[in-house]
Amino acid sequence: MPNGHSIAAHAGDLGHGHDPGHGHDAHAHAHHPALQHHFETLGQQHEASTLGMWIFLVTEVMFFGGLFAAYSLYRIWYPVAWAEGSLELDIMLGGINTIVLIGSSVTMAMAVRSAQTGYRKATINWLLVTMALGLTFLVIKFFEYKHKWDLNHIPGANFQFEGPHAPHVEIFLSLYFAMTGLHALHMLIGFGILSTIAWMAYKNRFSPEWYTPVEMAGLYWHFVDIVWIFLFPLLYLVDRAHHFA
Amino acid sequence: MLSGIPLFPEQASTLAPQVDNLYFFLLAVTAFFAILVVILVAVFAIKYRDDTGQKVGAPITGSVPLEIGWSLIPFLVAMAIFVYATVVYFNIVRPPAETLEVYSTGKRWMWRFQHIDGQSEINELHVPKGQPVRVTFTSEDVLHSLYMPAFRVKADAIPGRYSSIWFTATKTGTYHLFCAEYCGTKHSGMIGTITVMEPNDYQAWLNSASAGQPMAARGEQLFQQLACSSCHLPDGGGRGPSLSGMFGKQIQLANGTSVTADDSYIRESILTPHAKLVNGYQAVMPTFQGLVNEEGVMSLIEYIKSLPPASAPAAAPQAANATPSTQGE
Amino acid sequence: MTTITTELPASRNYLNHQHTVASWLLSKDHKRIGILYLITVTLAFFIGGLFAAGIRIELTTPQGDFVAADTYNRLFTMHGIMMVFFVLIPAVPAILGNFVLPLQIGAKDVAFPKLNLLSWYVFVIGMIFTLGAMITGGVDTGWTFYTPYSSVYSSSNVFMTGIGVFITGFSSILTGLNFMVTIHRMRAPGMTWFRLPLLVWALYSTSLVQVLATPVIAITVLMMALERALGFGIFDPRLGGDPVLFQHLFWFYSHPAVYIMILPPMGVISEVIACFSRKNVFGYSFVAFSSLAIAVFGFLVWAHHLFVAGISPYSAMVFSFLSFAVAIPSAVKTFNWTATLYKGAIWIKTPMVFVFGFLGLFLVGGLTGLFLASLGLDVHVHDTYFVVAHFHYIMVGGAIMGFFAGLHYWWPKMTGRMYSDSLGKLSGLLIFVGFNLTFFPQFVLGYLGMPRRYHVYPDEFQVLNVLSSAGASVLAVGYLLPVFYFLFSLKYGARAGDNPWGATGLEWKTQSPPLPENFPVTPIVNEGAYEYSKREMKVA
Repeated sequence: MPNGHSIAAHAGDLGHGHDPGHGHDAHAHAHHPALQHHFETLGQQHEASTLGMWIFLVTEVMFFGGLFAAYSLYRIWYPVAWAEGSLELDIMLGGINTIVLIGSSVTMAMAVRSAQTGYRKATINWLLVTMALGLTFLVIKFFEYKHKWDLNHIPGANFQFEGPHAPHVEIFLSLYFAMTGLHALHMLIGFGILSTIAWMAYKNRFSPEWYTPVEMAGLYWHFVDIVWIFLFPLLYLVDRAHHFA
Repeated sequence: MLSGIPLFPEQASTLAPQVDNLYFFLLAVTAFFAILVVILVAVFAIKYRDDTGQKVGAPITGSVPLEIGWSLIPFLVAMAIFVYATVVYFNIVRPPAETLEVYSTGKRWMWRFQHIDGQSEINELHVPKGQPVRVTFTSEDVLHSLYMPAFRVKADAIPGRYSSIWFTATKTGTYHLFCAEYCGTKHSGMIGTITVMEPNDYQAWLNSASAGQPMAARGEQLFQQLACSSCHLPDGGGRGPSLSGMFGKQIQLANGTSVTADDSYIRESILTPHAKLVNGYQAVMPTFQGLVNEEGVMSLIEYIKSLPPASAPAAAPQAANATPSTQGE
Repeated sequence: MTTITTELPASRNYLNHQHTVASWLLSKDHKRIGILYLITVTLAFFIGGLFAAGIRIELTTPQGDFVAADTYNRLFTMHGIMMVFFVLIPAVPAILGNFVLPLQIGAKDVAFPKLNLLSWYVFVIGMIFTLGAMITGGVDTGWTFYTPYSSVYSSSNVFMTGIGVFITGFSSILTGLNFMVTIHRMRAPGMTWFRLPLLVWALYSTSLVQVLATPVIAITVLMMALERALGFGIFDPRLGGDPVLFQHLFWFYSHPAVYIMILPPMGVISEVIACFSRKNVFGYSFVAFSSLAIAVFGFLVWAHHLFVAGISPYSAMVFSFLSFAVAIPSAVKTFNWTATLYKGAIWIKTPMVFVFGFLGLFLVGGLTGLFLASLGLDVHVHDTYFVVAHFHYIMVGGAIMGFFAGLHYWWPKMTGRMYSDSLGKLSGLLIFVGFNLTFFPQFVLGYLGMPRRYHVYPDEFQVLNVLSSAGASVLAVGYLLPVFYFLFSLKYGARAGDNPWGATGLEWKTQSPPLPENFPVTPIVNEGAYEYSKREMKVA
């Protein structure tokens, strides 16, 4: 992914003893409208944004991590129920969604590239395609969830499942809904973020000198994609190679 | 004790002096370091005091040998404590080979104790002095914890699982029993007493206490009622493995591993049968979750424990007397 | 010797340059945000203190005659929740850290000022939810929310409290993220890592923990809330779920959380002890690395809360070993602080009184942690008042004392005013005495076998409980006193100059209160953090 150190950004090292002494409109040189006043340079600001976003993504890993921990424990304890539960999920829809999301990461990367190279219309278009793919994902998810609802596979008071492993399958499905639900929530938020970025692009806020928000949105979107890359095999592909005894 | 105010708990088990000695050791070590630091701080604060605020301190920045010293020495001290404490711990969690079994279930907000002869007590437990006793227990609802301070033992009661504590009481008397895991409204009311008696008195008590069925006999009844006997034939050849003499033995599982047939294994096999499927058998055993309660499971365990090995003619188990059952380990 | 006797003209500073309510509630100035946190955290402290008063009043008698059992259970639960999530976690980082960190590194603000303001709002919203839950019936699960009681059986406002705690966690995460980026990217020219004040190292280590651990409690509380609200089965033993899994997940955060609570106050101690010994902190890099070591090792010990909860003895051994190991860096720090006093020029003002209090109390708290790490002992004292005493020695005797040291140290910088030093010292003394009287008897009670969270107890425990409650009333006075002299100082206190304590540090090289932009000119740093010996002594 392009690391976006734009050309103009490097007055930016900290050796500059920047002097805001005169009435705080201190920049003797023209300053970029996106430069926030507590930063010395755009470069410093960009590095701060990037570091901040990466740290945020690490917190997201820890956030999902709790669910993965619960998943791991119960998969070891209840392998048969895990296989049974997994078989109930629609592997084709899940597979399509996986391709849709990977595709959306490609289009997102194209959007960042377009912003980096100053192509405003392309940026907006790639963002819109990404959003459309994201929406496709969510629509497919909606149908999957609806199907589960129709079969009474939603854990809780109305849960119904055949077989001796039903309680453990209920745990599997609780984790399925928690994990994919949380993921879908992140996608929804991502959708909102991308709309905002697309709007900013429309308003011509980005340039090769400064397109940090597009880049940050890209990082977020790729993260959401990667989470799904883990969720799909863990939830949909348990023991698919065999019939279970 | 200070004129009626207890300041230290009674020692009423063989474990208590071990735990207390560990405690005194820790007190001594920590008091040494605490007093050392306090004295140093006090001495320095007085000796180098400057109320003007105008002077500066000496230009000392550090000393690597000191740093190594005061990292290494505490580490070694900590390791010594760790080893000592772990040895005591293993004594606490490893019961001896032969123990008098008692079963218990905790539920909001009471403890029910079941002697294998059938006597049952609520919030009270009578035990003989001088004999190792093991209490195996679980919870029927939320987390509880069985705590006997005078014996220095405690373990959480976890719904869905067995826990156990063991002790050898050394002093007759009555001691506190507490629930030590918050469990709702009457958590602090989920208390009772343990009464330690001379062995003769304990026998007398057993005889006089209104005994229900011995647990093993109750277990045998359940075994028939729930039709376990239709698959678990005594000399094998049924849809399920023979249970004769299997308690405490190593069982080969279908997935290649092996497991010891202890009480947790039996409980699990009754309630979630295919979790540990025995090698060579099909997964056809139904679950008995909801058909038998925790006390029923404990009775079944006592029954299975009492089954002699299959080489003996398949005889009905006797109603057990108050003899300690052998703990296979 | 403090400061200026003549009134200075009120120069432009962050307090007076804008006066509207909106300029406060929408401020992106880290200093104003620090003050906003001070107000909300102080409020939380007194609410939590009220709950504590209720507990200690009830416990003066063995019977449950002050409140009903269900009420008592709510009192200790809500005391814990308020104090842990709304006082101890934010106190030093969000109040003192926010105020002082950018100043100490020579920056104009934190990396993300808007995010900083958002953090405060998230904190407030979380507090509103939690207080709302408390007012509309309360919650009675214990602040630890163990399942299945919390997820299935309790009839109290678990869900709403869970949401409140969930929301508040994000405040902590965002503050940690902000501080990390600030420290990495906003240091003034010449401010290399090893010239940073030790508070900055402490805040950085804390931020690591905040960022990595807090999301885990967020998802854990969410899972518990889902189980409660929707009947999802994740911890429910009736479905084959594992209630002990909840404990693992909960403590995976909550143990590192105690390091969030203690590391920043330890950083404060380093600052104050250097200033009032007029001397470099002994073993600077060892203290700095100890902070990092505590943060890292703190993640490896969580299951020492589960020693009797059904983990295998071999697991228990590993966690016991690691719990001993994590004590070593704290010991190293304590020795380094002690050595800092050696051949210092000890000036005993109020902040230093709190430092001495910290040293004594943290020592006891930390050393009693060794008792709990000892497996053979923990079986006996787990879930008794021994544990209650241990963590109060660390959290109140350690963390709150450290916070008070910092508050009294930076108050002149924050407000431009001096408070009464005698009253400050009195407060420190009352707190120290009251604290010991309250909590030392609890060690004895715990070893005797009195379990925690008990509404009623056997008669023979009464005398020790009465001692403890008596101590609590002294402690309460000690905590109330600062409210009065601090508020008094705002209007009537002598004006403080740039550097009333004669301290090193960039924050003392600028006016009190500081400019909105902190420094008129970006400072350039060319010396270490505590170069007292190189200066001619002048107290401004």
